[in-house]
Amino acid sequence: MERRREKAVETLFFLCALTAAALLLLIAAFLISSGLPAIQEIGLRNFLLGRIWDSANGEHPRFGILPLLLSSVYGAAGALVLGLPLGLLTALFLAKAAPRRLAAAIRALVRLLAGIPSVVCGLVGMTVLVPLLRERLDLPAGDGLLAAVVVLAVMVLPPVIEVSEDALAAVPRSYEEASLALGATEEETWLHVSLPAAGSGVAAAAALGAGRAVGEAMAVLMVAGNAANMPAPLRSVRLLTSGIAMELSYAAAGSLRQRALYSIALVLFVVILLINALLYFAQRGGRRPC
Amino acid sequence: MSERILLSARELDFYYGTAQALRKICLDVPQGRVTALIGPSGCGKSTFLRCMNRMNDLIPGARAEGSLTFHGREIYGRGRDVTQLRRQIGMVFQKPNLFPMSIYDNVAYGPRLHGVRRREALDETVERSLRAAAIWEEVKNRLRRPALGLSGGQQQRLCIARALAVEPEVLLLDEATSALDPISAARIEALLGELKSRYTLVLVTHNMQQAARVSDRTAFFLNGELVEAGPTDRLFSMPRDRRTEEYLTGRFG
Repeated sequence: MERRREKAVETLFFLCALTAAALLLLIAAFLISSGLPAIQEIGLRNFLLGRIWDSANGEHPRFGILPLLLSSVYGAAGALVLGLPLGLLTALFLAKAAPRRLAAAIRALVRLLAGIPSVVCGLVGMTVLVPLLRERLDLPAGDGLLAAVVVLAVMVLPPVIEVSEDALAAVPRSYEEASLALGATEEETWLHVSLPAAGSGVAAAAALGAGRAVGEAMAVLMVAGNAANMPAPLRSVRLLTSGIAMELSYAAAGSLRQRALYSIALVLFVVILLINALLYFAQRGGRRPC
Repeated sequence: MSERILLSARELDFYYGTAQALRKICLDVPQGRVTALIGPSGCGKSTFLRCMNRMNDLIPGARAEGSLTFHGREIYGRGRDVTQLRRQIGMVFQKPNLFPMSIYDNVAYGPRLHGVRRREALDETVERSLRAAAIWEEVKNRLRRPALGLSGGQQQRLCIARALAVEPEVLLLDEATSALDPISAARIEALLGELKSRYTLVLVTHNMQQAARVSDRTAFFLNGELVEAGPTDRLFSMPRDRRTEEYLTGRFG
């Protein structure tokens, strides 16, 4: 009796775990089956490398997603360029330098930042950052790639800080002692020994941040301007995510336009998979023999 | 030959928070000699060693009272530049603690830190240090390989090379052979014999035969006190204190 119950509970757990895996496969299958036809119709080359996205044009619609794809890549890269150094130095401070209570307070704030809904980030970006950029840089409009990069940089901070702080805290104390005993200051030790020793964790933090930035839709929709231009810092841009979000409700059911949006979703999925593969290898590369 | 005193402790007390780890230690470390600190676990010998390069500073609540001088200047004096002190007094730890970098970068770490940038100068320092640590022949063809791929004994000799690369006057060894197999430990001991002509060595060891073989002077610690110190031959053959004799004959510890 007892034995049978155990078996049943075990089966239940297994089924739950299976559900998550099955859902992922289902989503993948859906994206492939609904995303591939439009790519076949448009042509992979034209779709991925086409420089013009003009889906609403009734007579000659163009479905080139290169502007969207590059905007997403540049947006994520820019977010990391700003967010990674800031996040790493914050993590160093939290893991090594900060007094315990101050560190705990900052950690709580970072967690709070992580919990802010992206629509709120977008709202603040729209009402504070965009006007600021417009006035300071004397632009006709403040929304564009730069605004998106800044908002994304803020949004990648929490995962970057959290993951890299864990990695830094896990650096063996003996490495740091060795450095200090050679006459290094604590700061030199953190920068030259702790940070490199946490390399794989830092890479994981970067990959996680990149995934977060590429996947973010709502906040960038609100600050990027949303014209499907080839990206330039001060130009209005549309990203893969915001491209889907803004057009889906306008596309007629079953139209090529709608199916092309599914194709964008497929591309987004592949990009995220690539980033996760990077993350996986970064973490595996860091495991060293004892 | 008159002995020059390099390090000198007078009435040195040391505390971890409220726990007193050293009581009124008075000990001179002569220049160019090997001084061994022996005693049972927890007797304070490692604490005393770590006072000399102030590695104890890293422990919250640790504090020293009394006098401990290096070249006549107070180690715990106000405004003492600890990084400068640690360049002059190097340390090798119980377990090899190489950085997860290449062999070359491990040895070049100290010199780089202290401003050596020129490639030839670094190459020269790295080779000289590796030779001095008797490991050059084993690693000269794989300087760019990860240091953590070496055996334990090689790693420890590389740690010694890394410490020598910043050209210290004193080398502190904190049970530097206790984590090694007997053959590797013997190689390190032989190496210490070579190093003593150029450096002042202070070593903490559990191994009394090692102290007897390697050192010129031995100091016996017990319960945070210095029981007896003197020339190694004399201390081992004719200990003056009954507790030293009991320890040496294996009655405790």
